[in-house]
Amino acid sequence: MTDDVIIKLAGITREYTMGTEQVRALRGIDLEIRRNEYVAIMGPSGSGKSTMMNLLGCLDTPTGGRYWLNGHEASQMKDDDLARVRNKEIGFVFQTFNLLPRASALANVELPLVYAGASGRDRRRRAEQALQRVGLGDRMHHKPNELSGGQRQRVAIARALVNNPSILLADEPTGNLDSTTSEEIMRVFGALHSQGQTVVIVTHEPDIAAHAHRVVMLRDGRVDSDRINPPRATGVAA
Amino acid sequence: MPLLEAVRLALSSIRAQKLKSFFSLVGVLIGVTFLIAVVSIVQGMNVYMTDKFAGALIGVNTFQLRQTPNFTMGNTTEAQWREWQRRPRITIEDAAYVESHMKTPVIFARSGYDRRGVAWQGKLAKDITLNTVDAEFFQIKHWNIAEGRAFTPQEVNANAEVAVLGWELAQRLFNGRDPLGQTISIGGLPHRVIGVVEKQGNLFGISMDKFVVTPITSPARRLTNRPHVIDDLQIQATNPALMRAAIEEVGELMRVRRGLKPSQPDNFQIQTAEGALSAWDKISRILFLALPGLVGISLVVGGIVIMNIMLMSVVERTREIGIRKALGAKRSDIMAQFVVESATLSLTGAAMGIVAGILLAFVIRAVTPLPAAVAPWSIGLGVGLGILVGMVAGVYPARQASRMDPIIALGHE
Ligand SMILES: Nc1ncnc2c1ncn2[C@@H]1O[C@H](COP(=O)(O)OP(=O)(O)OP(=O)(O)O)[C@@H](O)[C@H]1O
Ligand SMILES: [Mg+2]
Repeated sequence: MTDDVIIKLAGITREYTMGTEQVRALRGIDLEIRRNEYVAIMGPSGSGKSTMMNLLGCLDTPTGGRYWLNGHEASQMKDDDLARVRNKEIGFVFQTFNLLPRASALANVELPLVYAGASGRDRRRRAEQALQRVGLGDRMHHKPNELSGGQRQRVAIARALVNNPSILLADEPTGNLDSTTSEEIMRVFGALHSQGQTVVIVTHEPDIAAHAHRVVMLRDGRVDSDRINPPRATGVAA
Repeated sequence: MPLLEAVRLALSSIRAQKLKSFFSLVGVLIGVTFLIAVVSIVQGMNVYMTDKFAGALIGVNTFQLRQTPNFTMGNTTEAQWREWQRRPRITIEDAAYVESHMKTPVIFARSGYDRRGVAWQGKLAKDITLNTVDAEFFQIKHWNIAEGRAFTPQEVNANAEVAVLGWELAQRLFNGRDPLGQTISIGGLPHRVIGVVEKQGNLFGISMDKFVVTPITSPARRLTNRPHVIDDLQIQATNPALMRAAIEEVGELMRVRRGLKPSQPDNFQIQTAEGALSAWDKISRILFLALPGLVGISLVVGGIVIMNIMLMSVVERTREIGIRKALGAKRSDIMAQFVVESATLSLTGAAMGIVAGILLAFVIRAVTPLPAAVAPWSIGLGVGLGILVGMVAGVYPARQASRMDPIIALGHE
């Protein structure tokens, strides 16, 4: 059973120092996420959702507590190890897409593979596959500014997937999109989840959270509630 | 990240900001231009001085036994000058002694010279170098005969009243007519023209074709030296490897002949081409000493400019750095990216400098009498310095970039 646990947080805290003031963004989080779960993180603004996602994504390190990713303790890792984990284990999707503006969709998706040391041919083949998975096989050579918001976010998702990460993290991935496009993007996440991908997604929208099968509510840097969604048309039940 | 990848990335970001990139590499461009151009000129002068100057004035593989040096560039002290004047002249007998005792295979030519007017049918050419020499002189000088012939050792033995003209002298006196068989007057003494030497051209704009050559036994001999005295004994080794031995042997023979004790210095001069070039050596050494300073200053300035441009670039591309780090770039990857970019930028400047330097060298050669020859090693050095300056200038900005926190970098607008 523990083999199935991809993410385990124990007493995680994160404090920021703002001048003389201490901001306690996370005040002791305990959380486990298993393989092929689809988790939505919700909570009011400032409750610590992004802070937690950044920790889960190894973009940041906790002030206290312990974090295991796939059985390895990420909270003990040094800079280079964290970079390697970000590269190999984690696919991160941002609200603002964070694509390189001068690079084509294909080149953007290839980027994690560059740092993984893949050969040029291998990179290209895998990036093409990832773009096809998100339905962008015909837009591979477009630059981000030649794509719609929804298409940009799909490029970002393809980029997050290309290294076959253990976990796909998305911080308000539909925050910059209209509702129709948001639905489209959520269908992509749904499809990925049904193919076996573990997904954690931060959102303010109950409609979006309804796609997940588990909803974790944060409040003031703590887990306020953690419940299973009633089964619905997301394809896979808990 | 592999180097090739990093270079490709660097080129694309340089291309994305062409104008800024160009200004940032002007310093390196100028430095390398200097390097290539100055080295080209100095090297060109070196080749010119050794091949042409030394070859024309002394002769290849040749040295002269003389009373005093004939090239005294640079300053000579009063005492040195007086010592030179006190030395005995070189005599016909000295020459005969050296010739008969010499073991190293060499060719000898006794020679005397002066400047004289040469006339034919009322036309006078002034300031002509008169050489009264042995027949081997032509061989030592590597002079080819354009018309007629040179005189022979037999004619030297027979005190023949013959003359061989330099190209320009023949033009001046005969102006296209056939000089062969005509009788010219050298300082009032009649000589029959038997040949004209092939055109030699200029050396620093001075014609090398204003001369007349007669046998050392001809009447004109009276004009160059007192009886039994010669200006120099010219000695040519039959191959370059024998030069050193020949020089030493001649020196020893003369010391023996003049009965010099080991403590006494030579009271004669052995003039070699290297000796004649010592003044040029000094000049080129000074140029080569000044060059690193000149190039160094431009490169340091160029490096500082590149460093500042790279620092700006790092700030502008904070978000890009954040994205790359979020996707798994290690510190060393980011570091390498910016160092390679900086080196590529600087190398581009160096490449432009190399082209500009070569063009400058060609322009100098075309519009001035200075010969310029591009030295391959200076191109190599330019490339090396370009890369080095870029890498050094890139280290600090690259370090700043590599140490960015990914979240802060991603939040940067
Ligand atoms: N770099 C920082 N320095 C100081 N305080 C910070 C920093 N980042 C976040 N915080 C603080 O930590 C708390 C949690 O912020 P966080 O961004 O995680 O909230 P959130 O739940 O993602 O909110 P939102 O829904 O608005 O995105 C907030 O009070 C915020 O001001
Ligand atoms: Mg947030």
